[in-house]
Amino acid sequence: MQRKKLVVIGNGMVGHHFIEQLVQTEAAKQFEIITFSEEPRLAYDRVHLTSYFETRDPAKLALTTEDFYREHGVTVHLGDKAVAIDRAHKIVRSEKGTEVPYDVLVLATGSYPFVPPIPGHDREGCFVYRTIEDLEAITRTAAESRIGAVVGGGLLGLEAAKALQDLGLETHVVEFAPRLMAVQLDEEGGAMLRRKIEALGVAVHTGKNTQNIVTGKFQRLKMEFADGDELETDMIVFSAGIRPRDELARQAGLEVGPRGGIVVDDHCRTSDPDIFAIGECALWNGQIFGLVAPGYQMARVVVDLLNGKEAAFTGADLSTKLKLMGVDVGTIGDSHGRTPGAHSYVYKNEHDEVYKRLIVSADNRKLLGAVLVGDAAAYDTLLQYYQNGIDLPQPPDALILPSNEGAPAGLGPDALPESATICSCHNVTKGQIVACIDRGVVALADIKSETKASTGCGGCAALLKSIVDAELEKRGLEVKKDICEHFPYSRQELYHIIRVEQIRTFDELLENHGRGLGCDICKPAVASILASYWNDYVLSDKYFKLQDTNDFRLANLQKDGTYSVVPRVPGGEITPEKLIALGEVARKYNLYTKITGGQRIDLFGARLEQLPHIWKDLIDAGFESGHAYAKAVRTVKSCVGSTWCRYGVQDSVGMAIFLEHRYKGIRAPHKIKMAVSGCTRECAEAQCKDIGVIATEKGWNLYVCGNGGMKPRHADLFATDLDDETLVKYIDRFMAFYIRTADRLQRTSTWLENLEGGLDYLKEVIIDDKLGICAELERQIQHLVETYECEWKKTLENEAILKKRFRFFVNAEGGDDNVVFVEERGQIRPATPEEKHRLKGIPVELEEAS
Amino acid sequence: MFLCVLRVPAVKKTNQRTDMTETTASRTETWIDVCDVSDLEPDAGVCALVAGRQIAIFHLPKLGKVFAIGNYDPFSHANVLSRGLTGDIGGEPVVASPVYKQHFSLETGRCLEDETVSVPVYRVRIEGGRVQIQLPAGEKRP
Repeated sequence: MQRKKLVVIGNGMVGHHFIEQLVQTEAAKQFEIITFSEEPRLAYDRVHLTSYFETRDPAKLALTTEDFYREHGVTVHLGDKAVAIDRAHKIVRSEKGTEVPYDVLVLATGSYPFVPPIPGHDREGCFVYRTIEDLEAITRTAAESRIGAVVGGGLLGLEAAKALQDLGLETHVVEFAPRLMAVQLDEEGGAMLRRKIEALGVAVHTGKNTQNIVTGKFQRLKMEFADGDELETDMIVFSAGIRPRDELARQAGLEVGPRGGIVVDDHCRTSDPDIFAIGECALWNGQIFGLVAPGYQMARVVVDLLNGKEAAFTGADLSTKLKLMGVDVGTIGDSHGRTPGAHSYVYKNEHDEVYKRLIVSADNRKLLGAVLVGDAAAYDTLLQYYQNGIDLPQPPDALILPSNEGAPAGLGPDALPESATICSCHNVTKGQIVACIDRGVVALADIKSETKASTGCGGCAALLKSIVDAELEKRGLEVKKDICEHFPYSRQELYHIIRVEQIRTFDELLENHGRGLGCDICKPAVASILASYWNDYVLSDKYFKLQDTNDFRLANLQKDGTYSVVPRVPGGEITPEKLIALGEVARKYNLYTKITGGQRIDLFGARLEQLPHIWKDLIDAGFESGHAYAKAVRTVKSCVGSTWCRYGVQDSVGMAIFLEHRYKGIRAPHKIKMAVSGCTRECAEAQCKDIGVIATEKGWNLYVCGNGGMKPRHADLFATDLDDETLVKYIDRFMAFYIRTADRLQRTSTWLENLEGGLDYLKEVIIDDKLGICAELERQIQHLVETYECEWKKTLENEAILKKRFRFFVNAEGGDDNVVFVEERGQIRPATPEEKHRLKGIPVELEEAS
Repeated sequence: MFLCVLRVPAVKKTNQRTDMTETTASRTETWIDVCDVSDLEPDAGVCALVAGRQIAIFHLPKLGKVFAIGNYDPFSHANVLSRGLTGDIGGEPVVASPVYKQHFSLETGRCLEDETVSVPVYRVRIEGGRVQIQLPAGEKRP
């Protein structure tokens, strides 16, 4: 069967969402999908565009990958703008001359930023705020500017103002209307927002009609206002609203609205039945929707229709909650109180700069709208009252008055009907979330990926969590934090107990705070805490019995009962002499040799009784323990850096070696990997490490909580352009805080994901010293650094331990006859059971032969 | 003298265990001398070679007991159980395999995660400061 051609023009958030949804449905089989994007990259998250300034990494904003499109057979014309629709022949033409016939055409051309036709609006130093390229241009110019002005005091304008302020500019917001966010906020709300934003150091000019932009006297530009005022600035960012991109539709003769926008019906069909329009370019019922959620709804409507299902777009709720320059703002429904008969409840607190207003129906029973400035905690609850038409409590003002004695003024998650929409970006109801939990999916992250809830704008994250918590509690599934049956405490609590009571042994802890004998969960966990607090020798009499096998023998147990040995190779730098020495040890003991991902060499097939001999040779050759056996700092990987590389800007190898020597062997809740890259090309892959350091022209950027492995996670940018000293200080604090607060076997990535307050909180603790513990955290690491000793060197000095713990039989010489090697590719490997049987007569199932 | 574990090996599949008491046959059986009590590791295990077989011996001072089970881990097919961490699960003394972490009862040899799997349990005693093991009757491998 010849597949029909479906062309999507525009690969923004909505265009991509449409394709992403479509390829998961049956209808995908009927269509060959082709999409055009005028931007040089695939769809990215424009809602969080401002975060680009933090990371400068387009990949962080990406919503998809080329692989995804390839896997689903979608053809993408990137950087190739569609310029004409030939409706008669049903062909789309592009700027580069591509001609693609279509059976169905979807316009997702989005919008462009409105730039008022002020003379001089196109001067150098004038920008819009829409694409990654815009942001890059703004960044470049900001570097040579002192003052920046934003035209537009709406949502986007304030976002842009934050960006300018973060770029270090003296920032002005110029708004035509008499108040900020005039569309969403009432007068009082706008005034309160203004106070708060001015307190942050941004100058706000309302009621200003810019008439002219001319060359400035002191700065690059001068804005002249209708009232005679002037403002000198070096750059201007226009963010005065959006206009639909309807030029293609116009040229093709489709019906457009008097003020722009492609007219669509409830099926998102344009005046040509084979052409749909979705997102910000579409005009439905005389309205353009400049938010992502309605665009997604439209996309789903068209996907349903293509699948032969009945679906309709029936308008969208424009309620929003957001943080503008750190100020919480929320608006719901009829925020201006224009509904006939509506009346209001207002709470205003000038001291804390909080303003809240409820707009309720004439009968006082239903919520029609709300405005929240300075404290949007009530937003989720109010939105549910509004969206689901739930009867208001009487009197309704209890919902916005500060609660005394912690009386819950909110609507608990239990009060929400199953039909309540929790995530409006992805249209997920409470019922779907509950069903997901019923299927046994209980981890918040898994529920998110399964239902997609809270993966759009993220505004419903808190509500989602409260629903999940409430549902889990109902099922008796409340996640118990007890480490195991022997201690009614979490790891963090045990850490605290050990620290406060200065406990030095497991037995003391068990006697005073636990029960039973302990087990393979609590023993190594406590051993780790004791090690990261006291840093005593792990094989001493009081500690050895707590150690997991690997720590117990200071080597890594492999599947056949032999061990592997990994000496430290700091930063992956090794002299030829040492490399030869390693090779000689491997040859002498006939060990299998493999290069690890951490730039070291792993020697496999060492028998328990061989370990001391192998290590004696290694230590004589100048090596020390690599702690590959421990939940501890492992390696610091590095690229070759500025010493050799044409592109390197800092000595990454030197820094990696320094860091590795500083932190080597420090026990932690789980292993810690680090890497240092000498430039932004990032050859050391630092962004998938627990602690990643990337050189910049000015110093180092610090990334934290990345992970490779089973659940990869890109590290978060934590701080930028640090000097050596500050870098080390932050890493010290980070490590000590992680060691203190993480759960057992919790890598930094999951630790951060579960840390209340997330990355912002972590920054407050470590950079701003919010908890006042940084000096103590640094002292702890300093203690660990100063008390470091090579565990293997120490062990080799202890005859009693060697004799007792590194022999295979307590009552005989020799080793395990079940360990058998065969040769493969010139090296040993463990024999399979069949090979053992053939070579040594070892029965395939030992226990049955006895 | 402070202990005695009175079980004979339980073999996979049959799950048949003969509970022997001191009165049955024990006086007629030979106890094999293994090592000194001081060779044992408190709260941990050692591996002994007894008549050609590997036996894991655990000393749990808090219970005042010594236990002996096969060293072979039926899940990983490696001789590793003596290198596992000891403890208790719900009061039952256990060792956790250091490879895949299944728990084996030190008293019955039964695997707590999989009822169909168990490891042999041996009688062990302390006589005059020496650890002695008794192999099941009729099973004396050279």
